[in-house]
Amino acid sequence: MNALAAATTTSTGEAFQFWILGTVAVIGALSTVLLKRAVHSALSLAGTMIVLAVFYLANGAYFLGIVQIVVYTGAIMMLFLFVVMLVGVTAADSLKETLKGQRWLALGCSLGFGILLIAGIGNASLSTFNGLGAANTAHGGNVEGLANLIFTKYVFAFEITGALLITATVGAMVLTHRERTERAKTQREMSEERVRGKHLPPLPAPGVYARHNAVDIPGLLPDGTPSELTVMQTLRQRGQIRDVSRQSLADLKALEQRSGERLGREDADAVARGADPASPAENSEAAK
Amino acid sequence: MNPVNYLYLAALLFAIGASGVLIRRNAIVVFMCVELMLNACNLALVTFSRMHGNLDGQIVAFFTMVVAAAEVVVGLAIIVSLFRSRHSASVDDASLMKL
Amino acid sequence: MENLIALLVAAPLLGAAVLLCGGRRLDKTGHWLGTVLAGASFVVGLILFTDMLGKDAEDRALHQHLFSWIPVEGFQADIAFQLDQLSMTFVLLITGVGTLIHIYSIGYMEHDERRRRFFGYLNLFLAAMLILVIADNYLLLYVGWEGVGLASFLLIGFWQHKPTAATAAKKAFLVNRVGDMGLSIAIMLMFTTFGTFAFGPVLESAGETSQGKLTAIGLMLLLAACGKSAQVPLQSWLGDAMEGPTPVSALIHAATMVTAGVYLIVRSGAIFNAAPDAQLVVVIVGAVTLIFGAIVGCAKDDIKKALAGSTMSQIGYMILAAGLGPIGYIFAIMHLVTHGFFKAGLFLGAGSVMHGMNDEVDMRKYGGLRKYMPVTFVTFGLGYLAIIGFPGLSGFFSKDKIIEAAFAKGGTEGWILGSVALLGAAITAFYMTRVMLMTFFGEKRWQPDAEGHEPHPHESPKSMTIPMIVLAFGSVFAGGFFAIGDRFINWLEPVTGYDHGHAPLSAATVTGATVVALVVGVGIAWAMYGRKPVPVVAPRGSVLTRAARRDLLQDDFNHVVLVRGGEHLTRSLVYVDHSLVDGVVNGTAASVGGLSGRLRKMQNGYARTYAVSMFGGTAVVIAATLLMRAV
Repeated sequence: MNALAAATTTSTGEAFQFWILGTVAVIGALSTVLLKRAVHSALSLAGTMIVLAVFYLANGAYFLGIVQIVVYTGAIMMLFLFVVMLVGVTAADSLKETLKGQRWLALGCSLGFGILLIAGIGNASLSTFNGLGAANTAHGGNVEGLANLIFTKYVFAFEITGALLITATVGAMVLTHRERTERAKTQREMSEERVRGKHLPPLPAPGVYARHNAVDIPGLLPDGTPSELTVMQTLRQRGQIRDVSRQSLADLKALEQRSGERLGREDADAVARGADPASPAENSEAAK
Repeated sequence: MNPVNYLYLAALLFAIGASGVLIRRNAIVVFMCVELMLNACNLALVTFSRMHGNLDGQIVAFFTMVVAAAEVVVGLAIIVSLFRSRHSASVDDASLMKL
Repeated sequence: MENLIALLVAAPLLGAAVLLCGGRRLDKTGHWLGTVLAGASFVVGLILFTDMLGKDAEDRALHQHLFSWIPVEGFQADIAFQLDQLSMTFVLLITGVGTLIHIYSIGYMEHDERRRRFFGYLNLFLAAMLILVIADNYLLLYVGWEGVGLASFLLIGFWQHKPTAATAAKKAFLVNRVGDMGLSIAIMLMFTTFGTFAFGPVLESAGETSQGKLTAIGLMLLLAACGKSAQVPLQSWLGDAMEGPTPVSALIHAATMVTAGVYLIVRSGAIFNAAPDAQLVVVIVGAVTLIFGAIVGCAKDDIKKALAGSTMSQIGYMILAAGLGPIGYIFAIMHLVTHGFFKAGLFLGAGSVMHGMNDEVDMRKYGGLRKYMPVTFVTFGLGYLAIIGFPGLSGFFSKDKIIEAAFAKGGTEGWILGSVALLGAAITAFYMTRVMLMTFFGEKRWQPDAEGHEPHPHESPKSMTIPMIVLAFGSVFAGGFFAIGDRFINWLEPVTGYDHGHAPLSAATVTGATVVALVVGVGIAWAMYGRKPVPVVAPRGSVLTRAARRDLLQDDFNHVVLVRGGEHLTRSLVYVDHSLVDGVVNGTAASVGGLSGRLRKMQNGYARTYAVSMFGGTAVVIAATLLMRAV
């Protein structure tokens, strides 16, 4: 607190903290921009935000520091992650630029802008720092001080931000809302449907009898064809089923046929059977 | 150390965020970079607050956070609905107005 | 009495409306209705005339204000009539001759299935012509002026199934348009100069205006007169106008409408008196046309076209007289009236001949018709004697007076004009004698037509001969009646003014010279056409004859100068328009288009590109702000 009050320079501890954490913050920011996967970007950003929260605290903004962690890192970033998951966590961006000259222009602009800002700050006469000691203690603490300002001087802005939040909530609802075109099924109807439908037991799991057990790989039916039923509906609709298609099966078949020919097996039946390695039932029948 | 360094850091973060907005194509990442820029501003505001010795800067930073929260809500909703209709979160794909 | 004036116009106007809108059910009776209404107009004219005679010379003019036509602040146009001695003369001539020609047309158009329409047009013409002569302002006069132009167009092209007639109608309309443009410009000039176009104020204040304006107005009025009265240089339509039915030629293109130009000049006498330059142009136009028409009349074998040339020449006399100023105004009108009688009579006679000769118009295929059509021969002959100025007949008095007036102009000008007028008299005698001899004397030269029908020349029905007889009476006695005791001079003097001029020769000398000219003209014609048979196929003739047969190359002149010139002008204008104007416009459009095509590429639809430009712009703004701070 005394160090803050002194104010033209900071304590050695704070300087140490600044250089260490500042480097971390810059690295986090750069990784946010440069990492391919959105999840990684989000995590880097979260790190940067936590560093910033520490800096807030160091600057005497105790309330904001906590709010930064709770609201930003805790809520907003989680919202981001949520949407990233919704959109597809595995989807990696290609960092190849498609717009001609966009990258250089962007870098030039950002660099120029940053230099301008830094030059502006350097030119400004900011030699004295008053420190927040007096302000924070005037009403008994940082939170009380803020509350005093919010509910007196900034009360209208505060109320208006309330209205803004409501509006944003409504807006988000409207944007993501989909009109229901049919009546929602009751539980009874759903259970009856299930009993009458094809699948009374749970749907088959993905990857069964196949070489993979990932969620996005369809399980294979006894005749070797992949069954889309085994893949989760969301992935199916998103088109994120991994390729174990007839094409790759056909490739395998052709490979086995070629090797069979080389080994001199002329039994067409055997070749045909051999060409279908993914149907173990048939193979076992032939073995009998 | 002079606390002005916080301002330099804020300027640096802001420039990095801006370049991210301009370079990245994934709408979500672009959005994150916008958040980064906002945070850089907040850092500057908090530093100003310390500089002037009153709490007004912190109040403004607080409001920025509130507005940013509202913005995130709406923005993410837009991204979700965009993704729903176009099966893509690339900002370049939302370019129906090009020639 | 004033209230009767509108009736003059109303009667034929009603006739035109009923006949043109009435439809087929009037086919049987329409011509009678038209004739009766024309006659009614004549009767009203007579009543007004007798009333006028009973008053003092100075307050004979009647005025009738019907209603305000265009009542606007600073611009007052009225439907108002003015009937003074000058108008009265015209009214009687128009309605009188008009009625006679209506009667004649009953017989002449008997076999035409569109006779009702013909009478409707005739009535329309009468109404328009009456408006023209009794209007009390130039604007209403212009209405009548255009009205007679319309009627003339409709009647020349009455047989529109003949391409020649349709073309002739168009030609007349177009050439008249040029003159009408002159009249409208004159009216506009009057309005800007005098602030009004009523006769009274304009003519009273004519002397107080600048020479330049008056000359401009006068020349524009002369242009109008040239168009309507077929004077050089707008004379080319009259010959072709003979494609119309003969009664039309008699009424419109001989007796009345073509004299409207003379009326206009005499009516605007105050303007011309104050603008000697314009007056000089008027006499030149008159003199040139006088000789021009006479030469054309000498060479034509078509009887109606020969008469048309004669009409042009006689109107040239009138214009010449009108251009002489107060010396000649009265004689111009006097010749106009007598000419109305004898030329209408001659045309009706020609129509009667054509009627009997299966519509043949070539005089070389007539010959010896006096035995077959005695009445036509006698009436035509009297008209002939009148037009050549045979002593004692109408034309003698009126033409002699004009020649005297021309000499009385004084100076070299007077001598030249007088000589031209005398020469014209000789040529008139020549070509009219030629017409007479070729038509009624000599051997019969007619042949069966292409279908083998031999013409059977016969006298025309009573409805046609009676008007001819009446007009013949007029041809014989009108001139003498007017001239003896200076009746006509006293009658018109209050309106037009009169001046004796300074005659360098005595009246008797001039008369003697006129008679000599007449004898010479007749003698030459007799030598050429009376003593030896007329060839059926026209001989090649001299250069002048061939040129005169082509109307002295007037159409060729118009074609080369106006049509070709116009084509070249428009072509060059089109070229300028295409290369220069369009070049500038298209060039601007192309450069804007090219530029926007380039600029459009900046709009590639990618949000990030826009973001870069926004961000760059922000950077520039901040840089500018910082720089301003630093400075």
